[in-house]
Amino acid sequence: MDILASLLTNSSSLLHATLIAATPLLLAALGETLVERAGVINIGLEGILLIGAFAGMVGSYFTGSPFIGLLLGAAAGVLLALLFASLTVGLGADQVVVGISINLLAAGLTGVLYRGIFGVTGQALIVKTFSPLSLPLLSSLPFFGSALFQHTLLVYFALLAVPLCGIVLFHTRAGLQLQAVGEHPHAAETLGVSVRWVRTLTLGIEGLLGGLAGSYLSLAYSNTFIEGMSAGRGFIALAIVIFGRWKPIGVLYGALFFGAATALQFQLQALGSTIPYQFVLMLPYGLTLLALALSGIRIMAPLALGQPYQRE
Amino acid sequence: MTLRIARVLPALLALVSAFATIALGLWICGGSVGSTFSALLLGAVGDTYRITETAVKTCPLLYTGLAVMLALHAGVWNIGAEGQFLLGALATAWVGQYTTALAPVIAIPIICSAALGAGLFWASCALILKKKRGVNEVISTIMLNFIAANLVSYCVHGPLMETQGQYPQTDLLPTTARLPRLLPPTRLHLGVPLALLAALAVWFFLFRTKAGFRLRASGANPTAARFAGIHVDQEMSVAFLLSGALAGLAGGIEVSGITQRVYERFSSGYGYTAIAVALVGQRSPLGVVFAAVFFGALEAGAGSLQREAGVSSVLVSVMQATMVLFLAAYSTDTMQRWWRGRMKSDISS
Repeated sequence: MDILASLLTNSSSLLHATLIAATPLLLAALGETLVERAGVINIGLEGILLIGAFAGMVGSYFTGSPFIGLLLGAAAGVLLALLFASLTVGLGADQVVVGISINLLAAGLTGVLYRGIFGVTGQALIVKTFSPLSLPLLSSLPFFGSALFQHTLLVYFALLAVPLCGIVLFHTRAGLQLQAVGEHPHAAETLGVSVRWVRTLTLGIEGLLGGLAGSYLSLAYSNTFIEGMSAGRGFIALAIVIFGRWKPIGVLYGALFFGAATALQFQLQALGSTIPYQFVLMLPYGLTLLALALSGIRIMAPLALGQPYQRE
Repeated sequence: MTLRIARVLPALLALVSAFATIALGLWICGGSVGSTFSALLLGAVGDTYRITETAVKTCPLLYTGLAVMLALHAGVWNIGAEGQFLLGALATAWVGQYTTALAPVIAIPIICSAALGAGLFWASCALILKKKRGVNEVISTIMLNFIAANLVSYCVHGPLMETQGQYPQTDLLPTTARLPRLLPPTRLHLGVPLALLAALAVWFFLFRTKAGFRLRASGANPTAARFAGIHVDQEMSVAFLLSGALAGLAGGIEVSGITQRVYERFSSGYGYTAIAVALVGQRSPLGVVFAAVFFGALEAGAGSLQREAGVSSVLVSVMQATMVLFLAAYSTDTMQRWWRGRMKSDISS
């Protein structure tokens, strides 16, 4: 009960930490939502996050500007996503195989480059990061003002991306075409929509969002790059997409939920809880399985999800 | 014969392309291509000890590679080999502690069964979710891999922590539960020849028994198999469970033969490399043996990379990934058609 009481008094900082932890998940999961809506499943998201984190750090380290780091991170994400696209969409290779290899490639490449550029000093490199941006007036609101409106730029951007994705997906011609490609690619092609073009473009957007999410890890969430620092977030994002039933608003709830689980883990540890932290770390994965088991997800998924498309 | 060449050729081409890409990358970055590759080669097969180390590194990859291949023949992806491997290792470390009073002839089969059972259990979790609730096995096994990794972490910090309580690791296995070393002082252990035997057994099962035929038929053409009266779903379940058991065994043998204990981050991604092994092996047991040896040699040579050539050992991951990406590209219908077109035009011109 003591722990519960102190959590309640800390609720403002808990909310703050939740948003911080949810942001990379949200960005990555929004990208994956679009991609899966177009009928592609990209397990390589984890690798995109990792390479984004690395490129973001490198950019900030050599220029001293986190903005240039962010640009570089996004560019690296797009490049890796386009590699995925050229193999799966262009040539029709297996999406699972390519996705897993992309993860392996990113893990290896960032490791080799990191040690190649910076050597093995054992000391973490500290880079210039984004500082929180207090929104005038809003951040001085009582209770949750500072928790909600005192964040780095990317947090606001991720939150804004939710309605943006929703509008594009459900209320524009391009969004409807994207959905058609994911449900009935052959029918879409008959109507003059290029399945390949739509899928490639969507993957590019995912790379951009994933690269931003990765950069956020090294330029806002922390201030350095550590090998393997994406730490499974790409996989959690995959789960969030299913959890959120392929809808941006559902993805927002999912990301906040998993963000809260992460935030709670730190708070519980700080408060001396006796729950082993490994169980808290397991939570996102276990809850995803539970969520998948409880809902008839199969019916909700885009019909052509994961199937390579061959023009006839 | 032509069929075999058609299967070996893409794998060899992928290998050459991957090495060429890495060499190009190294050259652009100003690294020394020659010293890198020679360090890798000498590190893998430079002397007798290193050759045995390659065999030792091959061992878990062979078991897990066979596991992934077996499921693949039935048309199912087992992305969960990593988790099954960890559970098998954990079960071995746990059960092994109670075998002090037994003779090795009894203790080793017991711990192997524990490992098999644990892998089977972990695979069955994904299977039940798929059967009862329609949960995609690729997603569920990825989640289960992470749960398994955290479970290992919890156990080595908690209930299975060593008795001295100093490091997050389990106690050493009692000598009775350790697989015998074949060529001391090298680490070559009985699990290595057993792995080759396992490859033979899997080959026999898949290609020489009726059950194996039904399994392959289900994967090759589910519709045709269904018309032939084969219970395709059942075949896939069996293949998936067998695959899980084999991956679990891999973990058990790694503990019993090499590490003799389980610690945090016990697996260096064997379950994921296994997918690459199964693919590069072109789904044939013999091919998987060659692929496992090749990937094992890369892992064994990785240590020398840092020491001899000053290149990070994770370069090996880049090689593995590049190779699989090339192979995935070469194996697509698009590329196959393009090649066939090329060959025809060569003949006609």
